[in-house]
Amino acid sequence: MLKKSKVAAVFAALALVVTTAPASSAATDKQLEIFTWWASGGEAAGLEGMTTEFNRLNPKTPFINATVAGAAGVNAKGVLVSRMQAGNPPDTFQAHAGEELSSYVKAGQVEDLSFLYKSEGWDKIFPKDLVKTLTTNGKIYSVPVNIHRSNVLWWNPAAAKKAGITKAPASLDAMLVDMAKFKKVGIDGIALAGNGDWAIAHLFDYVLLASMGPDKFNGLWTGKTKWSGPEVAKAIDYLAKILAFGNSSKSLDWPDAGKLVTTGKAGFFIMGDWASSQWQSEGLKLGTDYTWAPGPGTNGIYQWLSDSFTLPKGAVNRDAGIAWLKVCGSLAGQDAFNPKKGSIAVRTDSKPALYDSYLQAAMKSWKKDRLVGSTVHGVNWGNAGMAAYNSAVGRFYSGGAKDKKGFAKALDAALKAHQNS
Amino acid sequence: MKVKKNRVHSPWGGFFFVLPSIIAMAVFVYGMIGFTLRESLQNRTNSYTEDVKYVGFINYVELWQDPEFTHALSNLLKFTAVFMIGCLLSGLIMSLLLEKGIKGEGFFRSTYLYPMAISFIAMGTSWRWLMDSARDADATGLNYLLQKVGLGALQSDWYTSEAGSMFAMSLPAIWQMSGYVMALFLAGFRGIPDDLREAARVDGASEFKISRHILFPQLSPTFLTVLIILGHISMKVFDLIFGIATKSYVTKVLAIYMWQVIFDFQNYAKGAAIAIVILLMIAVAVIPYLIYVNKTEEANK
Repeated sequence: MLKKSKVAAVFAALALVVTTAPASSAATDKQLEIFTWWASGGEAAGLEGMTTEFNRLNPKTPFINATVAGAAGVNAKGVLVSRMQAGNPPDTFQAHAGEELSSYVKAGQVEDLSFLYKSEGWDKIFPKDLVKTLTTNGKIYSVPVNIHRSNVLWWNPAAAKKAGITKAPASLDAMLVDMAKFKKVGIDGIALAGNGDWAIAHLFDYVLLASMGPDKFNGLWTGKTKWSGPEVAKAIDYLAKILAFGNSSKSLDWPDAGKLVTTGKAGFFIMGDWASSQWQSEGLKLGTDYTWAPGPGTNGIYQWLSDSFTLPKGAVNRDAGIAWLKVCGSLAGQDAFNPKKGSIAVRTDSKPALYDSYLQAAMKSWKKDRLVGSTVHGVNWGNAGMAAYNSAVGRFYSGGAKDKKGFAKALDAALKAHQNS
Repeated sequence: MKVKKNRVHSPWGGFFFVLPSIIAMAVFVYGMIGFTLRESLQNRTNSYTEDVKYVGFINYVELWQDPEFTHALSNLLKFTAVFMIGCLLSGLIMSLLLEKGIKGEGFFRSTYLYPMAISFIAMGTSWRWLMDSARDADATGLNYLLQKVGLGALQSDWYTSEAGSMFAMSLPAIWQMSGYVMALFLAGFRGIPDDLREAARVDGASEFKISRHILFPQLSPTFLTVLIILGHISMKVFDLIFGIATKSYVTKVLAIYMWQVIFDFQNYAKGAAIAIVILLMIAVAVIPYLIYVNKTEEANK
């Protein structure tokens, strides 16, 4: 017995020596309860990387992962909302960075974290545009751990060759021309994932950006650019034309729609860059089995989304929560998480050598591109606006893309839903 | 000894026996209904309302101006109509076939009942594959089957087309529930004494006439029970549709919209109002039935 405790003491001492963080602040808390919906694949592997880092820094604080698996966080969000309302929050929870947090912020359920941004130097090491987007009334409520890009065009080089397409289209019009070429050789012009509406809304988000440019696009979410105006009408026309080139199965999830591209049954695919890590996990090779370009017409614009962690008010183990957030924003934490998740680090000093060629290119763009938020993934609007936006797109899609005026009206109603929530 | 016996037989003894369940019902059923009703009359339309107060029926009025609510409501009514008619017809036909006491009746009975044993989510996933809207060379599931039997022209978008979504959505529901309806009807048929049919046969009635004038009139209580059961299942349908199409606009029904309003929008007042609307719709179907049952029981006493 005595021997055992001695060994433990030596280890504990060693851990203290190894620890680089200022005297492990979570030591006083019994545990850390973290709430995520990362339960499988690259997400779970990336989370484990961060967990290891947390355990190294806080060896005495057991890590409890209250994962609620399934449906891209749909189930988890339900559980989380009930827990927050009941005043029984986890010590930290996962949420998209941006407006998606607004309902928690307005309810006063999450703490201001700007003190961490100062003490950890994140306000300097994260891109300025991003910090600006995250800040509301001088306060920041979450720590982003990763950045995904949503305006990415994916295609299969072999299928493109068959259709006589040699380079990525540079505009929406050029993309329509290329989709017609695909159609001529019996390949659907674009892969569409209709199940649950959000992937079609994701496509529309890109079309809006590509057809009106970033300034007018940003105006849409505040009401500065009118949903009833000519710019939106033009984008809707483009969307209708693009949808007409889609696959006949209207109920696919995005991995199945992606498979249409990698197997040469569909030409283009507008999807976030998580598609790349999904395909690599299926054993496909970037460059030969599939390749990418910035969404046509959005070169030099980085439409981003980010997973982040928060500090709920009234968390039982507040110090442990803060210790976790420090890991989330640290170089070691982000570089442990992101190569596995298939995203890039938020920090501009992350090490490119750890990432694959797509992600390295994305890191370069992240530093110099114009940054614009993704709507479908929580940056521009809160949950109410997002759900209304998805429904509007879903109605347009299932109605055969005919009722353009009704679509614009429903989008305007989505803005109001956002403003009233 | 005698005193003790009397105490056991006093009416209070029975009351204390059922008291726990009365309390549980009062809290978890009627209490929660009351809570929901109160919520629906207040102004908690987001997660951060601090000045909570009663606002009357505003939330209900606003529901009728919300195109998504009316869309979900009309979807639900379409689903209910097709689902109930489909189940009644197929259940009745199956029970008529089995009622004759054919060979292997037990086998058919349990085969028809099997779909009931499958969870809605598992069923939703497989019907989602079956009702895939891909056509011709890409077709799988039902569209593929239609091609193989030479009915390629009938290939359909199933639940992904705006006009036909709820008709397609009721297919799996009918598939699941018609066996149950058959069992109910079969029990009803078996409850009719044989002498009645024999008497009719002696009087020279045809089999059709026996069904029409002897059997069906006696089935009307069963018929009513079936309608009530199907009706309330249909009004609160959620998991089947969520399993097939998640939150897709095209197949949205009230229960899915309610869930979305509460958890996505965090608009508690509006969500509660939708819940009350669903409850009222079920009540409209169930309460006349309860009155009817009470009356017949009184009459039989």
